[in-house]
Amino acid sequence: MLNYVWLIPLFPLVGVLISAILGRWLNRRIIAVIASLAVAASFVTAVLVLFEMLGLPAETATGENGRQRIVPIFTWIVSGDFVVEVNILLDQLSILMTLIVTGVSALIHIYSAGYMHRDEYHNRYFTWLNLFVFMMLVLVLADGFVTMYIGWEGVGLCSYLLIGYWFEKKAAADAGKKAFIVNRVGDFGFALGILLIFATLGSVAYEDVFPAAGTILPGTATAIALLLFLGATGKSAQIPLYVWLPDAMEGPTPVSALIHAATMVTAGVYMVVRCHSIFEASGTALSWVAWIGAITAFFAASMALVQKDFKRILAYSTISQLGYMFAAVGVGAYAAGMFHLTTHAFYKSLLFLCAGNVMHALGGELDIFKMGGLRKKLPWTFATFLVGVLALSGVPPFAGFFSKDSVLYSDFEYGSPLLWLLGVVTAGLTAFYAFRLLFLAFYGKPRMDKKTEKQIHESPPVMVVPLVVLAVLATFGGFIGLPDVLGLGSAIVEFLQPVTADVHLVEPATGGAAQELGLMLVATLAAGIGILIAYWIYIRRWGLANRMTKSAQWLYDIVYNKYYVDEAYTEIVVKPLRMLGGILDETVERRGIDAAVDGLGWLVGQAGEGLRRLQTGLVRNYALALLVGVVAVVAYFVLRSVLGF
Amino acid sequence: MVPASYYLILSAILFTLGVVGVLIRRNALVIFMSVEMMLNAVNLTLITYSRFLGNIDGQIFVLLVMAVAAAEVAVGLAITVAFVRHKDTTDVDEMNSLKW
Repeated sequence: MLNYVWLIPLFPLVGVLISAILGRWLNRRIIAVIASLAVAASFVTAVLVLFEMLGLPAETATGENGRQRIVPIFTWIVSGDFVVEVNILLDQLSILMTLIVTGVSALIHIYSAGYMHRDEYHNRYFTWLNLFVFMMLVLVLADGFVTMYIGWEGVGLCSYLLIGYWFEKKAAADAGKKAFIVNRVGDFGFALGILLIFATLGSVAYEDVFPAAGTILPGTATAIALLLFLGATGKSAQIPLYVWLPDAMEGPTPVSALIHAATMVTAGVYMVVRCHSIFEASGTALSWVAWIGAITAFFAASMALVQKDFKRILAYSTISQLGYMFAAVGVGAYAAGMFHLTTHAFYKSLLFLCAGNVMHALGGELDIFKMGGLRKKLPWTFATFLVGVLALSGVPPFAGFFSKDSVLYSDFEYGSPLLWLLGVVTAGLTAFYAFRLLFLAFYGKPRMDKKTEKQIHESPPVMVVPLVVLAVLATFGGFIGLPDVLGLGSAIVEFLQPVTADVHLVEPATGGAAQELGLMLVATLAAGIGILIAYWIYIRRWGLANRMTKSAQWLYDIVYNKYYVDEAYTEIVVKPLRMLGGILDETVERRGIDAAVDGLGWLVGQAGEGLRRLQTGLVRNYALALLVGVVAVVAYFVLRSVLGF
Repeated sequence: MVPASYYLILSAILFTLGVVGVLIRRNALVIFMSVEMMLNAVNLTLITYSRFLGNIDGQIFVLLVMAVAAAEVAVGLAITVAFVRHKDTTDVDEMNSLKW
């Protein structure tokens, strides 16, 4: 089965071809089924591969990763010294990502069948969704930087296509463009990083680059690492390139759930883990990663506190949680980061799909101040959403608790207490905004208009069952990463250990059980305080929020307007670029190049005008011309023989 | 005997007269006559060399030239007749439609 691992990306690719080519003639239901089956088939294959992998020993006799395989597909580029082979790198890290991608994708495809069933162009949606899964699989299964870059760009493309799916709506089209362009800035850094790798080491294949990473000079390694990380900030929405993610909520909600919660945005984290050798070869790159992650986490959580749009709150939450993942990998705790990635995929996609259900019930309403009382009307959605926010807030025993705890613990042990503090405060904020969302949307008196209220209905099973599955995962998924204090060992850490065993800065923990329990307690307390405050403000003292806002209106305005970062970028980046474009168009293109080309044509025309006057039509002129010519030729020959040249 | 140069100079003068005639005269028929004069001047040169070098090739060549001249006149006169029928004059300056 291991040698059939190429089937995993193949199924969605086939799905793309079927939807794209035959989609016009197939009925909507069939397209949805085919697309979902394709991804489900990938998932099943991935599970089978996993079982076979687990049957292999974790460590070979020579101390290497016993569960790693490279499965060749084909050789793509051979150009002098530059060789790119397309192979599949199968190891613990890639199979984990594959399982997450295909598993969550399959659930979301099924959900989409219901959510999008009234939409016109089914085949377009499912084509791109399958294409996205394919590209993401290319990214995670790649065995070299160029192949990964293809997947990297491919998911960015699909993100653009899907965000701007309802392109007739200007906001959606703009959001798609913004996502792609901001991503592109990051991708530029990523590409430069790859070029630098090739220039330094002469290869772009992982098996050549990572073992040799130790030989790179620290300065060069830092440059490479930071360039790669720039790409990660674009793809995973960290400072400074996070601005596209909130706007990306214009896309269909299942798209937000899949791409902007569970999969594409995690590509940056995956990349850092995959390239950890390079990051560790540089002295400072990892601390950049950790700090940017932690600061982004706090920053985004602060913006989520005051948003009114259901999905935007979740979007900022995603940015924030991604920050946690980077905060973990940035201190060398790669397994902790991947653990948080996994649990986040479960509960964040769950939350987004619940948002989809709410929108479906309310006819597209997203303003949480126009909701309320949905608890009774949408019981399934409410129950699963509750599980989601509990997981997000890090309440034990839900999955988020274990993963967030592992991140915070790593930050304290291997990073600095300040990093940990930032994480704990953010955890408190997270719990607050999560429960604020829950209370405002599901509790209290209904605040929507009567007409909408009358037709609120729970979603059909096809849109509820995936939620239940995700809720179960969000509840029990944490048990794969139990903390050390319990002495039971962390399955996920042990599983991923061989991948990062080669270079590892992390010394074993020195704190001891008491410290670990203490840290856990503090984090849980922070979450608890956040929940209580949210409860107090939004359930018990209803007007309190408004009064608080008014008393510090200036602060509220700044945070509500996202600290005016978008406006700043427009002034600093967008406007100068537009101006530059205008100058290039007017002066260089029109006056310069066009003038030169047109000028040449004009010149030729003028020459022709002049020359045509030779054609007088008079026979005697022509005879004279003949005579002149003959005389010239004869003179030449005579002079030649006389003067001897 | 008469020196060769006399013949050659005469031939040159005849040729020049012919050229001038072609360039200056406006009547198509006179132009043809000038062309004939040029041809005959050439013939004279050929005969001269044939006699003074003792080689009969020159005279043979003259025969050919005369044949060609005759053919050329035939064609040329045909064109002139067509032209005169069209424009009702023999002035070659009227033949100027093929111009810009």
